Amino acid sequence: MAESNIISPENLVYEKTSVMTDRILHYCPGCGHGTAHRMLAEAIDELGIQGDTIGVAPVGCSVLAYYYFDVDMQEAAHGRAPAVATGIKRMLPERYVFTYQGDGDLAAIGTAETIHACNRGENILIVFINNGIYGMTGGQMAPTTLPGMKTSTSPRGRDVATMGNPLKITELVAELPGTYFVTRQSVHAPANARKAKRAMKKALEYQKLKKGTCFIEIVSNCPSGWKMTPAQSNKWMEENMFPFYPLGDIKVPEQ
Amino acid sequence: MKELRLMKGNEALAEAAIRAGADAYFGYPITPQSEVIEYLMRENPADRTGMQVLQAESEVAAINMVYGAAGCGKRAMTSSSSPGISLKMEGISYIAGAELPCVVVNVVRAGPGLGTIQPSQSDYFQAVKGGGHGDYKLIVLAPATVQESVDYVKLAFELAFKYRNPVMILSDGIIGQMMEKVELFEQMPRSTEEYEWATLGKKPGKDSVIVTSLQLQSEEQEKVNLRLQAKYREVEKNEVRFETYACEDAEYLFAAFGSCARITRKALDMARAKGIKVGIIRPQTLYPFPVDEINRLAGQVKGILTVEMNAGQMVEDVRLAVNGKTPVEFYGRFGGMIPTPDEILKALEQKIIGG
Repeated sequence: MAESNIISPENLVYEKTSVMTDRILHYCPGCGHGTAHRMLAEAIDELGIQGDTIGVAPVGCSVLAYYYFDVDMQEAAHGRAPAVATGIKRMLPERYVFTYQGDGDLAAIGTAETIHACNRGENILIVFINNGIYGMTGGQMAPTTLPGMKTSTSPRGRDVATMGNPLKITELVAELPGTYFVTRQSVHAPANARKAKRAMKKALEYQKLKKGTCFIEIVSNCPSGWKMTPAQSNKWMEENMFPFYPLGDIKVPEQ
Repeated sequence: MKELRLMKGNEALAEAAIRAGADAYFGYPITPQSEVIEYLMRENPADRTGMQVLQAESEVAAINMVYGAAGCGKRAMTSSSSPGISLKMEGISYIAGAELPCVVVNVVRAGPGLGTIQPSQSDYFQAVKGGGHGDYKLIVLAPATVQESVDYVKLAFELAFKYRNPVMILSDGIIGQMMEKVELFEQMPRSTEEYEWATLGKKPGKDSVIVTSLQLQSEEQEKVNLRLQAKYREVEKNEVRFETYACEDAEYLFAAFGSCARITRKALDMARAKGIKVGIIRPQTLYPFPVDEINRLAGQVKGILTVEMNAGQMVEDVRLAVNGKTPVEFYGRFGGMIPTPDEILKALEQKIIGG
């Protein structure tokens, strides 16, 4: 069949969700943010809650997330997204509220806000992108940087004796009585991305029940910061990040 | 019917927040202002008006909860005392940058550092010069009585929404802790207005609402700053508030604000009894500052004594307003110490009259 026959409207099965704007993403080639955004946007779309959703953007690579999600959004100070989301949710308890945060934002400067929002059981969704590095500021060590991993502030590799250990904050918040659903996913392959989307959809549905915080970690890559090609970075992530941050549900609601 | 009560400053202020139709209070305990959140929790305004009250994990979290609520167009308030206000400064800068309305109360104690829990006015600079990073201004109201603590809560919300700007009530440990007779205004309804700049959920056919203080393009960030500056000029034009007393025939002038102005009034009475013609100006808004009135009075008097419970902060703004027309001297006690009327009178006699 000729190519012109294949590319016809009835054969187009992919449609961009209207919950994402037409802005060109500023993310580096191969970065997981674009897919993670899309999965969350599609989840919002499929639930039909675009007009009922309010997002909170972090400081980090996804600081401009509000340009890409076509929902009302607030930009928080570094690490403060869960507190901002608390303020929103307490005012608008019937709205769906999510934060979208990176590892530096959520697990370093914002540790207190993260833990206390989860411990209060704020009825919000926290999406946590963990790529083990500070991307936006140029590849510095993150709270989740693996032992021995090289960054611009751990140039000889993370020495846990002096630089501390990587923080498994997702396991930590799963221990708190305020969290309802805690899971760790990835978006680097189609099957994983679909699974991540299912988790996001579930988390947003749970929000209606008002039973506590839903927390989704996405283990992701950073080709620029890791100084790898996109394909290399995904392979490196599978071989190094996944063993330390194993994918799967950590806390699921009792049936 | 007038509702008169004998109330502690901090509690009266909390009651005023409920009555002003506040939607939310987020706070963290710190002496000498913990009665604000204690009163609110005891009063349980959720039952009275639906107002939400939450004790946050820190002052930092509290001000960011205020940001979130204010971004939804709600009337949000927080309160703290000096070290806690320093922690809130990041959030206050973001709120000013995102042009959100809110009310922040500072029941000032002496610093620097942990300092002491005794009253002070040493956060004047922090309040009127911005306090956090970037070119921004807070509207600053300085109550001198428990009554003004109450009235200024209502005024603060009005100004915050009129200009979409954070408003600070600069109280202190004296006003917060003392009990006075106070007339409470009637309960106002909570606002149901849906502001177009507020994140309430995207409306069909409309652009999504974004609350942010970020503009990565310098040209755009300059525009934001120009818009803010134009707003501040409007505030300076419209919102100057002050009180003068015994200024008609005054040859000398006191300048003082807040609780310190009340002590200075006593010194004024003592001076008048001795035949010294002295008046007083008490700025009720510290920003905008009563520049014109002070400049006008400077043309009339032989000298001005600025009295503060700090090492000399408002005196700089008085000098700028006077612009060399007449000598300006300073007398202050600090570190939690409170000046006596005798000390102030002596300072007037030595530094201004004899000077």
